[in-house]
Amino acid sequence: MSKDFDPAHNYKKTRKHVGYIERHVARPDTYEKLGFKCGLEVHQQLKTEQKLFCRCPAGIYHDFNDFDAELIRHMRPTLSEMGTYDGTALMEFKTRKNITYRIKNDTTCTYEIDDTPPFRVNREALNYAIEIALMLKTNIVGELHITRKQYLDGSIPTGFQRTAIVGIEGEIVLKDKRIRIIQLSLEEDACREISDIRHERIYSTDRLGIPLIETVTYPDLTTPEQARDAGLFIRFLNRSSGRVRTGIGSGRQDVNVSIAGGTRVEIKGVSHIRNIPELTHNEAFRQKALLLIKNLLQERILEPEKWNIRYRTINFDVSDIQYTPIRNAMEKGWKLVAVNLPKFRGVLSFFTQPGKSFADEISGRLKVIACLEYPNMIHSEDQMPVFDEKLLEKRSKILGSKPEDAQLVFWAPEEDIHTAVETIAERCRLAFLGVPNETRQALADGNTDFERVLPGADRMYPDTDSAPIPIKEELIDKIRRGLPINLENRIAQLENWKIPSHCFNYILRNNLSPLMERIITDFNIESIFLGTLLGQRLKYIEGHHEAGPEFNYDSIYHLFRLVRERDLHPEIISLLLPVHYRYPRLDFDSLLNSAGYKNYNVKKIPADISELKRIFHNLKKSIHPLAEYNWIMGQLRPAVLGNISLSELSKIVREEQSKHKEPADV
Amino acid sequence: MSDIFKGYRGSALDILKKFKVRVWSDAVIDTTRGKFSGIILPRSENDDDQHIVLKLSNGYNIGLDINTIENMREIGYREAHYKIPEKDFPTDKGKAKVKLFGTGGTIASRLDYRTGAVIPAFSPGELYGAVPELAEICNLETEKLFAVFSENMGPREYMKLATAIGKEIEKGVDGIVIGHGTDTLHHTAAALSFMIRNSPVPIVLVGSQRSSDRPSSDAALNLIHATTTAARSDIAEVMVCMFGPTSDEYGLLHQGTRVRKMHSSYRSTFRTIGDVPLAMVTRNEIKPLRHDYNRRRKDRQVEIFPFFEEKVAMLYYYPNMLPDMIYSLIENEYKGIVIAGTGLGHVNKPLYPALRKCQELGIPVYMTVQTLWGYVHMFVYDTGRDLMSMGVIPAENMLPEVAYVKLGWALGQTKDLQKVKEIMLKPICRDITPKEPYNGYLVYQGGIPEVEEFIRKVHK
Repeated sequence: MSKDFDPAHNYKKTRKHVGYIERHVARPDTYEKLGFKCGLEVHQQLKTEQKLFCRCPAGIYHDFNDFDAELIRHMRPTLSEMGTYDGTALMEFKTRKNITYRIKNDTTCTYEIDDTPPFRVNREALNYAIEIALMLKTNIVGELHITRKQYLDGSIPTGFQRTAIVGIEGEIVLKDKRIRIIQLSLEEDACREISDIRHERIYSTDRLGIPLIETVTYPDLTTPEQARDAGLFIRFLNRSSGRVRTGIGSGRQDVNVSIAGGTRVEIKGVSHIRNIPELTHNEAFRQKALLLIKNLLQERILEPEKWNIRYRTINFDVSDIQYTPIRNAMEKGWKLVAVNLPKFRGVLSFFTQPGKSFADEISGRLKVIACLEYPNMIHSEDQMPVFDEKLLEKRSKILGSKPEDAQLVFWAPEEDIHTAVETIAERCRLAFLGVPNETRQALADGNTDFERVLPGADRMYPDTDSAPIPIKEELIDKIRRGLPINLENRIAQLENWKIPSHCFNYILRNNLSPLMERIITDFNIESIFLGTLLGQRLKYIEGHHEAGPEFNYDSIYHLFRLVRERDLHPEIISLLLPVHYRYPRLDFDSLLNSAGYKNYNVKKIPADISELKRIFHNLKKSIHPLAEYNWIMGQLRPAVLGNISLSELSKIVREEQSKHKEPADV
Repeated sequence: MSDIFKGYRGSALDILKKFKVRVWSDAVIDTTRGKFSGIILPRSENDDDQHIVLKLSNGYNIGLDINTIENMREIGYREAHYKIPEKDFPTDKGKAKVKLFGTGGTIASRLDYRTGAVIPAFSPGELYGAVPELAEICNLETEKLFAVFSENMGPREYMKLATAIGKEIEKGVDGIVIGHGTDTLHHTAAALSFMIRNSPVPIVLVGSQRSSDRPSSDAALNLIHATTTAARSDIAEVMVCMFGPTSDEYGLLHQGTRVRKMHSSYRSTFRTIGDVPLAMVTRNEIKPLRHDYNRRRKDRQVEIFPFFEEKVAMLYYYPNMLPDMIYSLIENEYKGIVIAGTGLGHVNKPLYPALRKCQELGIPVYMTVQTLWGYVHMFVYDTGRDLMSMGVIPAENMLPEVAYVKLGWALGQTKDLQKVKEIMLKPICRDITPKEPYNGYLVYQGGIPEVEEFIRKVHK
């Protein structure tokens, strides 16, 4: 390591070289230049009584410490149907995890823990999946074949997820673009992870087996914003079916991103669609950075097949143990290993993501594959070095390093060293090739971290425990007849109703259009008022108050009915809604009372206005007629609400204002 | 039928022929439900003839209804060759020599396109490819004797297996492992317990409850436990080695004559009945739970008794059983009958004449209990005494399946009913035990607070 190298400077320099800009200043052509391509896999739980392959109830969750029994499993890779091993499977086998499942009898039977073959597929779930597959305009398969998709991380005790394709080749239409759908599949949800530390991973099995649909799009999305819009569209479409669960954890997205010359990378477990733009933006630049690193290494290393790392177990130095992670490692009897990466100078501090560099790519794999928790290494290009240069130089000497090399030091128990060293060497070698096929975990800050090697088609295997299920023409026809209006039409309907566009999201997300249709038809309510009441007023209330346990959107229909029965003006509902939302069981009179409704004789409005005008005049706040108008409206609104519409009130106020104009004041 | 349409028949076959599309071809298919493309897979013979199976490029399989197919064309061909990577099994002079006999079952298996289920696959190289840990335990040799599901194992297979094991022992092997389907594993274990006498080495039967084509299969760990036992343990008995709990934690070694499959699908399905298991086994250790077993010896003085009378039957008694059940056995010239009776070993009165007929004709009838746990006690009630007066012989606490196997084995050796009786009632390898330990019967009742607390603490 030569002294003239400044990692912080190199990081800044390479960030510029990559051309990284923040998302808010990026424009569509930023992504066009990168060759940005993105596809989505949208997962959505179905609202069924029972799980997909057993009779356990779906949708009940327990506290992680509330369990009846624990059991332990290990996973081994197996061959695919086509006779090959899957890369992910082999990687996960290397990690040698003890997987513990916490089971609760209420939500788990012998099926979930793989001690009983699957029962017949849940028909309710299958019908819902067909329904949504039809809404996506996919081609419905003739026969459902349950397939096993291997997951060796333990998230499913069998080591595979049972999944089946319901339809292929559909489409959705965004504002300005048609997005093709690859498939809709029906599958079982996985366990919830409780913890994952070193070689011990713990899962809860309550969520395991809940029916889930996965909608997969082609990589037709060309900007991060488009990816978000497609995500929202699919979510709204799912919800408009009325067949899906809502609430935390009921929907998740995996986002596939690639750029020109890059590779498909899957960002897994994006729980909020609003995070998609930032994540995909950063991933695109990470790929760009990795491609530049590839070029750099290709220039430097002419015979990549001969390239190899050198490593040695080294002694703990006095200054090592001032660094807590290393001191802890020493106390546990772990080993300290120094690794030389030939010709990697400037690579470890090469920008990859905001605040991250190539060294984090190695560190991420050390955590997942070698089970070494963060922080798990230090290196010669740390922007905030833990040790002084002298120690670094001493170690470089031990390793026989040259000036153009980079070094890292990691700490691990003896039995994990081999895997760790292999992991480091493998990640470095992958850098010669560009962007590795990876599944990456979404982080809250918009960055991603290594999760596993991206699985391929080789992890699929027919489920020998279940027979194919024919999907008959009559069933499809029956379901097709009951389909809800499709989402494009729903959006057109809102536009037709002249609902302000900022209200769309909330209305579609909660599938309120059918409710609106009923209210408009049955009570002859003005659509703009209703749209704003729901898409703006109710959204605000929901964000600021907690709903009473019996509240549901349908109860709003009954509010309108009661208002009609009492012959009140429907605008009173904006006053009643916050109270009703919190206390849905309150009887109507108490509701009116709490909301501050008073019976008001409309005939005395002109008299009141003239009195108010007098008061306003005395207050001498302003002489402007508009100010007077606003003030009078403000005084009268709460009193008259429900007795007369505000537009009528406004008309009367204006009339009264012009009638009694006092010329002297104007 | 031509092999290029594997598994297809009837209308589905006609469609493939009509459009000249072979199995394993990469095909594009137009249907009334849209266009599909992928590789045509073989179809299971038991499935209907109304669908064609397609593997999509993403690895998923789907079926297409032939009534929706408008056109099909081949655009390529890609036949799958399912093969476990085979590697030479490394040998190490310092390690014990273990012989693994294959009989079939799911200990090693692969997909069968004909039935859509799994079929056994087996070779040392394949096993090493799948479970490399085996090389750290022993020097392994394998021999495939049969490739049958365990329900197809029978007397002929028992005798062939016993003889083959005898030869291996004489050749100097340090331990025997037998891969076997689990359904009748305990029948074979009992047969080998009787047929192989005085073995100087461990003989371990092993299977798996989850086929080895699954990542969470118990096959690998069972095999590791079994080879560890065969190579290192000093228990020279015929044993069944299977999971203790359903967790991947330890295996149990069950005496071949006291073990039974007790759950249709659980991993920890095998239980020792009326006794405690011989030992617990992990990757590193064999921990005996009993100490009265036969020890490993250096000599090769094994004796093989490969005999079996096939015309032996077992009757599982139920209330209102009619005597014709027994008459039909007599008519069909059965040579011996084992009854699994109720309670202490009873059947109803209508069977009496038929039982008397057996006595007259010299067909031995042995009584066992369908409670599985406990002894036959035929002096307690009159029924028992009546039955004994009709020549029904109580078989102590022999498990019904074990009594069945033993009677076949005894009748295979002699027609002399007195000698048969001597063989039957003389304990050979804990098939009959002189007493039942207090912890020989443990069936905990889930739901009881203290049991729930116990379950919560230990791994299931």
